[in-house]
Amino acid sequence: MSLETQKKEFKPLIVAFCCNWCSYAGADLAGTSRLSYPATVKVIRVPCSCRVNPLFVLRAFQRGADGVIIAGCHPGDCHYTTGNYYARRRMTLLFSMLDYLGIERERTRVEWISAAEGVKFSTTMNEFAQTIQALGENKRLEDLRCKESLE
Amino acid sequence: MQRIFGIISEKAKQLLSDGTCDRMIGWKRGEFFYDPTPAVFSGAGDLEDFVYDGFCGSNLSKYLIQQSAKEGKILALLKPCDTYSLNQLVKEHRVRRENVYVLGVECRGMLDIDKIRALGVKGIQSIEENGDQLTVHTLYGDKTIERSEVLLEKCRCCKSKEFATQDDLAVTGEPMPEAPADRFDMVKKLEAMTPDERFAFWRSELSKCIRCNACRNVCPACSCVKCVFDNDASGVASKANTDTFEENMFHIIRAFHVAGRCTDCGECSRVCPQHIPLHLLNRKFIKDINEFYGEYQAGADTESRGPLTDYTTDDVEPSVVMQRGGGK
Amino acid sequence: MQKIGVFVCWCGSNIAATVDVAAVAEAVKSEPGVVYATDYQYMCSEGGQSRIRNAIKEYGLTGVVVCSCSPRMHEATFRKTAQAAGLNPYMVEIANIREHCSWIHKDKAEATEKAIILARTAIAKLNLNQPLIAGESRVVKRALVIGGGIAGIQSALDIADAGYEVDIVEKSPTIGGKMAQLDKTFPTLDCAACILTPKMVDAAAHEKIHLYTYSEVESVSGFVGNFTVNIRKKARSVNADLCTGCGDCTKKCPSRKAKDEFNMGLNNRGAIYIPFAQAIPNVPVIDREQCIKFRTGKCGLCEKTCSAKAIDFTQKDEIVEERYGAIVVATGFKPISLENFNEFAYAQSPDVVTSLEFERIMNAAGPTKGQLLRPSDNTHPHEIVFVQCVGSRDTSGCGKPYCSKICCMYTAKHAMLVREKYPDVNVHVFYIDVRTPGKNFDEFYRRAVEEYNVDYIKGMVGKVSPQGGKLRVQGSDLLADRQIVIDADMVVLATAIEPDPTAKGLATMLTASIDTNNFFTEAHPKLRPVESPTAGVFLSGVCQGPKDIPETVAQASAAASKVIGLLSKDKLLSNPCVAGSDEMLCNGCSACEKVCPYGAISYVEKEYRIAGKTQVRRVAQVNSAICQGCGACTVACPSGAMDLKGFSTKQIMAEVDAICR
Repeated sequence: MSLETQKKEFKPLIVAFCCNWCSYAGADLAGTSRLSYPATVKVIRVPCSCRVNPLFVLRAFQRGADGVIIAGCHPGDCHYTTGNYYARRRMTLLFSMLDYLGIERERTRVEWISAAEGVKFSTTMNEFAQTIQALGENKRLEDLRCKESLE
Repeated sequence: MQRIFGIISEKAKQLLSDGTCDRMIGWKRGEFFYDPTPAVFSGAGDLEDFVYDGFCGSNLSKYLIQQSAKEGKILALLKPCDTYSLNQLVKEHRVRRENVYVLGVECRGMLDIDKIRALGVKGIQSIEENGDQLTVHTLYGDKTIERSEVLLEKCRCCKSKEFATQDDLAVTGEPMPEAPADRFDMVKKLEAMTPDERFAFWRSELSKCIRCNACRNVCPACSCVKCVFDNDASGVASKANTDTFEENMFHIIRAFHVAGRCTDCGECSRVCPQHIPLHLLNRKFIKDINEFYGEYQAGADTESRGPLTDYTTDDVEPSVVMQRGGGK
Repeated sequence: MQKIGVFVCWCGSNIAATVDVAAVAEAVKSEPGVVYATDYQYMCSEGGQSRIRNAIKEYGLTGVVVCSCSPRMHEATFRKTAQAAGLNPYMVEIANIREHCSWIHKDKAEATEKAIILARTAIAKLNLNQPLIAGESRVVKRALVIGGGIAGIQSALDIADAGYEVDIVEKSPTIGGKMAQLDKTFPTLDCAACILTPKMVDAAAHEKIHLYTYSEVESVSGFVGNFTVNIRKKARSVNADLCTGCGDCTKKCPSRKAKDEFNMGLNNRGAIYIPFAQAIPNVPVIDREQCIKFRTGKCGLCEKTCSAKAIDFTQKDEIVEERYGAIVVATGFKPISLENFNEFAYAQSPDVVTSLEFERIMNAAGPTKGQLLRPSDNTHPHEIVFVQCVGSRDTSGCGKPYCSKICCMYTAKHAMLVREKYPDVNVHVFYIDVRTPGKNFDEFYRRAVEEYNVDYIKGMVGKVSPQGGKLRVQGSDLLADRQIVIDADMVVLATAIEPDPTAKGLATMLTASIDTNNFFTEAHPKLRPVESPTAGVFLSGVCQGPKDIPETVAQASAAASKVIGLLSKDKLLSNPCVAGSDEMLCNGCSACEKVCPYGAISYVEKEYRIAGKTQVRRVAQVNSAICQGCGACTVACPSGAMDLKGFSTKQIMAEVDAICR
């Protein structure tokens, strides 16, 4: 690793899985309303929060993400009626397990953001990015080879 | 132990000779006295090597996936905790229950030879079980130890002396000892640590993993036709731990895949050649499930929805993890 | 290997001002599979689309990535473009570099970098895309309209006039809704009943319209073109087939304790009642909570009175199952509860009324036969104070943050009508702003001020206190910068409106989304204002947001035209992004079946030859016509046998990898 890259200011990499019907639309609304949040947040569109496999969360960390957030419709408002209820249980247990393994619990988050909540999308992402910024780089759940291959 | 062995042998002979069952899965004498191995016995005349003693810890229920798919009825010797695994497999349509005759066998808690050795006992020749006490015959004379001190981890926190399913029972009627420990003790201890301490704990444990897959192969819940970690198309296939991440990944996903289905049979930790306390991952999920969604014992029945295929509209939010106690 | 073309849109300056579009096109040229990359001012324009079509032909593209606005905006557009050039429409991926990038970032270098990553992510996904073929499903040529107010009636009439069967489900005993309660309508001051009741009659008489009054939607399943709806027909306790509507029973009923809902509780009604004279159907209903027969077992006077033998105390709720191709939500509104607004003394004095109550007082068919009388002592008032924005535009949390939109105009109407009929009455209106954007609206308001001398005071009322038969109104005049005290005889509160309380539960049943105020959300605020994001569900009237009658009727007809467009099709293409199970990996464990909200997964026992042996295995099968593609099953499946087309595990992993690269 060169001295140059070491000095580089830490910019957290955040992966946001957003359900197509609510949170992705909420992100769109944040855009339409010109509500900014850090460019380090990258959204992946999934049909429903229940499509998010714990494998995806771990994969993101493996490849160097510093924070992972899953956003879906508010409980009761799932486009598919029940998807977010399953997602809620899965992610609660997964996050608790990651915490148990000593992975900083602030790195993972679930938020319910409706299509009408552009403001909430933007504030959530700003807050989350700040939290991750303060935490620093994800060092506990990454695959070092992935970083090296970047050099 | 001699008494229960006699009762089981008697019943087994009867069931195999009267046509109730065609073959039996049980334990046969191993190379050493402390390593009886699972075996299929072809009939009443084949029981010469059959044993049942304090070292028959292995859970035979997973073998019934294959065995119950075959012709005929198999007599399965299952300890109380093993019957939960069987029930869970029946619930998941993996075992054809109608092809299995469950003979529930009494269990006083199974022994851990490593713990006996750890007491400093050397030159062990054989062990005689007398209720709550063990007489260890060694090259240097006999030693008496308390059974409760050398139980397998899973038996220290025995979850049940009741059988979740059975067709017949082989029991002495003697009172069974209480489990000496609470199964969540160590989980609670870990939860109380700081994240750094927890991370250090798990790093030192999981870094021992040699990816032999013994935990996966023995686990009755890990019974996928093809494991995601063996499936090149899954995108996560990996056959070895080339990195600390993969040690984590494998064990987190393995524990997650069995979450809500794991009966806490403890086989993963029992067979781990590196002595990684893998049961602490499963028990964390079990403890969380109990706390978040209400007490749930996988395999207690064959009908109920597992906690991860169920929900209530007012389940706790994932942010509960942030609010919970434990080192911050 | 795919041959991918990448098309970066400037969106005029919307993208190009913050993202270096040429740099994005250049950067992705070296991505795996990319054979062509370009940028253009408006990719969605005909010029842009023809560039895509030409490139597909010229370079033999197998996939297209468009870096542009949200896929929710133009994914369908670009899929059609690709299809027109012979490409499978599902070989198109959108990188959202407008809503998710250029519009939220200011720094051009940063935004460009992110746009490149988003483009790479779409390319990584597209590399794993497979052509998908949409299935077909039949359209049930029948529509359901939920709510029988003016919105529902208008939608139903329009749909029925186009030749399709329509059912209206109305929870109250009659159709007509809130408009039936109104006296006159602004800005023309024509009488509400005169224009509404003919429509009610039309709806009831229309051969294609079937009314389910005193009924509620119990459950909804299915999907666009084929919904299955259970309707609960509540027991009226009156046989509608026998009833002649003579009304004798309602006169004989000895119970007089129930508040008359139609008159906003200003008077009482019997336990058996017809809501109002022009009710449709003109069939009474027994309020079982009030009925003496139901409460004590004794009475039955109505039964004795009824010569048609229509009274039926044994009637039970009935569940009717119907199938529909489209559903129109027209559930309307109600005024908010005033419990958070004690300062107006609404609960303390009967002379403080809401505008809808005032509407009944002014109505010739109302409790006072249209005479302006104070509810407390039935005397003629001389000073009336109108208070606007009661609970509207309220950010304190007591009321609603939005403008209820209709209050300015109906308050002007009330003020004008009072002054017209009773020139001796002084009328004061406290307002924050007077909002009159509508045809002839401002003229109407000005007439109130200029011709009728209504005293408009800019400011809010701080307190209303009942004192010696009067109502002391303390308010502020912001323009004159002084406090005002008026001893009024009546105070009329322009109460905020909110969606009907049934909206929330209904939204859940329909899997349609609602906003934080429980108004139904439209698919697009500008371009698809009468559709809900849930296919096949359309919005009509105030359920979508506050609006007046002309707007409501316009939206109702617009929703109807959307429904007609849908029902005119024989078949619909279904979403091909559905789940599928790899039978060779399936454990047959039923986890997926348990989490499927649609019951789309079933299990079969199948014979397989594996390693020379025959095995019977239990495997999951997905009914692709029923599957809606949520993906719950894919995560429930431990072996990874279950996957989702269009959002496969490998595709999502590739996206993760591309972002984290």
